[in-house]
Amino acid sequence: MTSTDELRELARKCRVHIVNMVHRAQAGHPGGSLSEIDLLAALYKTTLRVRPDDPDWDDRDRFILSKGHASPGMYAILAEMGFISVDDLASYRVLGGICQGHVDMKWCPGVDFSAGSLGMGLSFGMGSAIAGRLEGSERQVYVMLGDGEIQEGSVWEAAMAATHHELGNLNVILDRNRIQNDDFCEAQMRMFDIPAKWKAFGWNVKEIDGHNMEEIVDGLNFLQNSNDGPSILIAHTVKGHGVSFMADNPAFHGAAPNDEQYAQAMAELGEVVA
Amino acid sequence: MTKMAATRDGYGEALLELASNPKVVVLEADLGKSTKSLHFRKAHPERTVSCGIGEQNMLLVGAGLAASGYIPFASTFAIFTERAFEQMRNGVARPNLAVHVCGSHGGTHTGTDGSSAQSIEDLAIYRTLPNVIVMHPSDVVSTKVLTMQLAATVSPSYTRTARNKTPVLYEGRENEIEIGKGIVLKEGSDVAIIACGVMVSQSLEAAEALTAEGINATVVDMHTLKPLDGELVDRLVSSCGAIVTAEDHSVIGGLGGAVAEHLTSNTFAPLERVGVQDRFGESGQADEMLEVMKISAPYIAEAAKRAIARKA
Ligand SMILES: Cc1ncc(C[n+]2csc(CCOP(=O)(O)OP(=O)(O)O)c2C)c(N)n1
Repeated sequence: MTSTDELRELARKCRVHIVNMVHRAQAGHPGGSLSEIDLLAALYKTTLRVRPDDPDWDDRDRFILSKGHASPGMYAILAEMGFISVDDLASYRVLGGICQGHVDMKWCPGVDFSAGSLGMGLSFGMGSAIAGRLEGSERQVYVMLGDGEIQEGSVWEAAMAATHHELGNLNVILDRNRIQNDDFCEAQMRMFDIPAKWKAFGWNVKEIDGHNMEEIVDGLNFLQNSNDGPSILIAHTVKGHGVSFMADNPAFHGAAPNDEQYAQAMAELGEVVA
Repeated sequence: MTKMAATRDGYGEALLELASNPKVVVLEADLGKSTKSLHFRKAHPERTVSCGIGEQNMLLVGAGLAASGYIPFASTFAIFTERAFEQMRNGVARPNLAVHVCGSHGGTHTGTDGSSAQSIEDLAIYRTLPNVIVMHPSDVVSTKVLTMQLAATVSPSYTRTARNKTPVLYEGRENEIEIGKGIVLKEGSDVAIIACGVMVSQSLEAAEALTAEGINATVVDMHTLKPLDGELVDRLVSSCGAIVTAEDHSVIGGLGGAVAEHLTSNTFAPLERVGVQDRFGESGQADEMLEVMKISAPYIAEAAKRAIARKA
């Protein structure tokens, strides 16, 4: 078992990669990458049955980053897990690079879905879950959704269908960072009682602090062990978590730090920049 | 130095000026900072409807407003308007409700976001809808003028704007711009290059290179793809006898498609279509994408020579 201290260190390293990527590209989405990364680090390290040396292994668990703009977070953990190399991270948003602006299954090993258009991943995950069931496999499907993303109607079509089909192997992790593109969710589209909405659709629901490793590990156990129907882990997070000036700041949804901000971010993440 | 500006800013400026008409309302889907409707939202929050990340809802809210006498302008990225295509078809175009949709960040020129964000089919799909005006202006000034003219039309519309800056072409020439009328930017008798959007300035560059080789090209900014300025196309056929179309869009169904359809039913002339060759894009800078897709100025010039060689 990986200790929560080790998970925290893994997440810290991923944060460094994330900031490096968006700074180098001078574009991209740091905010939602930093909010999701503690969850991704724990998911990949403790839960997902995947093989970095055989990324297309048929019976692997599936992970679908539906909020595909938060790709730096996914590329960072794929590099730390050995699906891709740390050098590959330099190809983020570069012509011909495997790290495309939005995660793309045709370009990058370990990516199970070509995302970038919000509201598509849960339906795709449902298809993957039905395929697993048809094959009599125990494999699980995990879909990461953004809280802005769940404003898309298609998410709720999938949410309804998943309970109708009793897909116990389908799991959602919701990155509840309270910020979307233009502003706070509260200003753009109030969603009121999100847990109640999923409960009303028949889902198993658990809420955690998405930056507390003990709670995250606990939450992932909940997803793995509730197989009587689809389950959702609502992770309360802070967009931009780990970099003070990005934290809870809508301006860093889709903006890169300048050189000065970059140096500050690296210092805050405990990294010495040459 | 050529002055540069993004067409999406022209959209934002037009909305602000249109605000003096109390019937004008603005609809957003969490991309107002990007499409530039945010200026209107700041000035007139009471007439701005946030639809969250819900494009399908947004278009039909627009239809309801239009049917109640309002003039709705709804925007998101070009690609995400497409999610609401059937809403546009059945709820907007079919009842002929004047909802004005603006799709920003169109084409491969939008850059490093990659293929999921690069709409290369929007002009084609909206062109298939009865009643819908389809435009792709080339510069910030014409975008502003054309958007303002939309407020007086009784038809729904789709206008594609671009994310990145392109040369400003029409400063002081505002009164030459009219929905449905192509603009001749340069006259020549060997070949006519008909372009839209970011490809207009590429076409002007191509024409300059051709002049150095003794080839005189006409360059037309066909900002309105539908209704197509067929009279102008007919004139180009008789004056030049060879046509090139240039667009940051699939060669299937967009400007090239529209001109091809026109030519087959009218006077014929050889046509070379410069555009995206039935493939998806990828992450790259705007100028790199024009090279990857083989649609930058040198490729237009080559196409011009091919078209001339095909003259009977
Ligand atoms: C269908 C669709 N509409 C709009 C967008 C543009 N967009 C990209 S990210 C984003 C905000 C997403 O917010 P959220 O889901 O909360 O993600 P996070 O905050 O975790 O980055 C928007 C509107 C998109 N990618 N897809």
